[in-house]
Amino acid sequence: MEQLNTEPTKTTANAQKPFRMSVLVCAGTGCVSNNSFKVMEALQDEIKKHNLEKEIQIVGTGCNGFCAEGPLLVVQPDEIFYAQLKVKDIPLLVEEHFLKGRPVEKFMYTPPEGEVAIPKMSDIDFFAHQRLIALRNRGLIDPEKIDEYIGRDGYTAIAKALTEMSPAEIVQEIVDSGLRGRGGAGFPSGVKWQLCAKQDSDTKYIVCNADEGDPGAFMDRSIIESDPHSVIEGMLIGAFGMGASEGFIYIRNEYPLALERLHVAIEQAEKYGLLGENILGTNFSFKMNVVRGAGAFVCGEETALIASIEGKLGEPRPRPPYPVESGLWGKPTNINNVETWANVPIIIDRGAKWFASIGTETSKGTKVFSLVGKINNTGLLEVPMGITLRDIIYKIGGGIPNGKKFKAIQSGGPSGGCIPEDQLDLPVDYESLSEAGSMMGSGGMVVMDEDTCMVDVARYFLTFTRDESCGKCAPCREGTWQMHEILTKITEGNGTLNDLAVLEALAEVVKDTSLCGLGQTAPNPVITTLRYFRDEYLAHIEKKECQAHVCRELNTYIIHGDVCKTDGKGCGVCRRECPDKAITGEKGKAHVIDQQLCGKCGVCYDVCNFNAITIE
Amino acid sequence: MSTQTVTGIIEKYNSEPKSLIAILQDIQANQRHLPKDALEEVATSLDIPLSQAYSVATFFKAFSLTPKGEYCISVCMGTACHVKGGKQVLEKLERDLSINAGETTDDLSYSLEEVHCVGCCGLAPVVTVNDDLFSKVKLRGVKRILKKYGEK
Repeated sequence: MEQLNTEPTKTTANAQKPFRMSVLVCAGTGCVSNNSFKVMEALQDEIKKHNLEKEIQIVGTGCNGFCAEGPLLVVQPDEIFYAQLKVKDIPLLVEEHFLKGRPVEKFMYTPPEGEVAIPKMSDIDFFAHQRLIALRNRGLIDPEKIDEYIGRDGYTAIAKALTEMSPAEIVQEIVDSGLRGRGGAGFPSGVKWQLCAKQDSDTKYIVCNADEGDPGAFMDRSIIESDPHSVIEGMLIGAFGMGASEGFIYIRNEYPLALERLHVAIEQAEKYGLLGENILGTNFSFKMNVVRGAGAFVCGEETALIASIEGKLGEPRPRPPYPVESGLWGKPTNINNVETWANVPIIIDRGAKWFASIGTETSKGTKVFSLVGKINNTGLLEVPMGITLRDIIYKIGGGIPNGKKFKAIQSGGPSGGCIPEDQLDLPVDYESLSEAGSMMGSGGMVVMDEDTCMVDVARYFLTFTRDESCGKCAPCREGTWQMHEILTKITEGNGTLNDLAVLEALAEVVKDTSLCGLGQTAPNPVITTLRYFRDEYLAHIEKKECQAHVCRELNTYIIHGDVCKTDGKGCGVCRRECPDKAITGEKGKAHVIDQQLCGKCGVCYDVCNFNAITIE
Repeated sequence: MSTQTVTGIIEKYNSEPKSLIAILQDIQANQRHLPKDALEEVATSLDIPLSQAYSVATFFKAFSLTPKGEYCISVCMGTACHVKGGKQVLEKLERDLSINAGETTDDLSYSLEEVHCVGCCGLAPVVTVNDDLFSKVKLRGVKRILKKYGEK
């Protein structure tokens, strides 16, 4: 079951079993919402019908990554990749491929620009340029079966750590690997571990931050859904290295499937003696807890997260003291992100030197990104640090759909910024993205095309940070509010050049004076859009024009009578949907918008199936 | 729902103050809001000031002091959904249900909410109804979603 660029392991999950074929059905949140469970049931029924149960096994795996094409299915050992399957496709698939050995071309993936279906998963561009380390087991194992994780060398790293290494050696290994925090800021993980290991305390805690709040990001969800044991093993190693006896995974309640798989994984690990007292017969004991978040973005900030685990208001507090000195219940606490923890076992297993050989001078290893928005191949990917944004967008992402023009890529969520076309050859590492005014962040990448208005994007992020500001410090609470007010004014066509000056000044103040990372980075979307897309702001202010036609107050909606009458037969949908009753016209005849009554909501434009309405 | 359930939930967490958020989450899931008497019982049992329970109950988005509808419709407002028209979907739902985001219909059938990303950005725009997820939602598909949950 070896797959593309996955790191090799000595054994595979199903090596001992006599199955002729393994059918790996993606059961990540994306595919599940596209009915992958029903596809799996249909497969089981069909396989039973043909008496193939002893020859073919069906495995429900975690997220495969290529979410846009779900439900997905990979047939091993030939690595045949099927996309967008429906229940009704299954009988034909089973008969042709599984029974007669003839893979079915019409269910295979065809690239948007191509005409020929690509049978093998590793030949598909989306997968071919990836390198899987944190996601080494994705799509290969059933995340609810610990034996499959163990079958791919799972829990050998903790065994090695406990029996062959001292805690100091473990911490040194992480230092030498050059691993940096994958949650956003990129602080060297080894240094953090060293500081925690040095603390003299009878009790220490470690925390896994799975409060993935950035809009447009789902790396942590996918890792936990596809390989929860890698996170648990990473935390075990960290706990032994730093001398902690208890750990907490703080996870969003909005991720029901990830939560369920985490609980199953912990239960199984406890049963196998990998969590609890005297792990693997040593003196090392470790207790794992899962804490559900209650919907507050600020809880991704470490001091707010700690308060929230303690059952208090999720508000940040000034640092120092840092959590490593005084964290959960005043005890030394180390916090790392899901992806950081998932990298730990393989670093211990294969050595710091190996890990440090991947990536760039200052950013080692790989990074998981969610690539979404106006892009052909949306999904989850893992690439070596140093790859260019252009390669991510065009080689892996397959470019922009519908022949539209690329405008910007937004990285780092509400704390990040928008990077324009002329910066696309930047290597993806912590420093380069910061220099461009954005940041690595947790790994969300949202692609925007010519139909995206950058002033609206800035306003969107400020709506987010304004709503999520906890309200404790004035610069963030009031500053995000006022910036949002100004941006709204501009998008409604009422902005002045003076507003722009105030906006810029305000952005600097909020950045410099806010208490925590939320406020300190909240102005970034404004600062970068002003830096790279100032002309769009000026068009809104001086010409009262939104080139992307997103800012509706600046639009004029017009029905083209001839198209409405001939193509649409005066269907009347726009008339019925218009909340302002501004549209008149009889069925079968051309309709007209009364511009005096029009509230510019844009509904008519959205509902017209005949392109009879244009924006001017 | 009787007070017995609230007592049961509190006991499940051994009346520990650190479990305040988890207890409130369970009560919210059970009763679709946090009634005043439940908050009072939690505060008393956990031996914490009522103000602390109230502050947590009003800080986090997951909690509501007024009853939520039987079907909680959440429209994703993540970045990917935003650039792919999530807002238009929300507005369509607002019109069809005659309520604004954050409100509940008078018959307590539907609540309409905005959610800041459900982590299914590859399927944008996304709408969730309780535990069901709808992907790549089009304005024309909104009616079908509502129909599935009883709207005639």
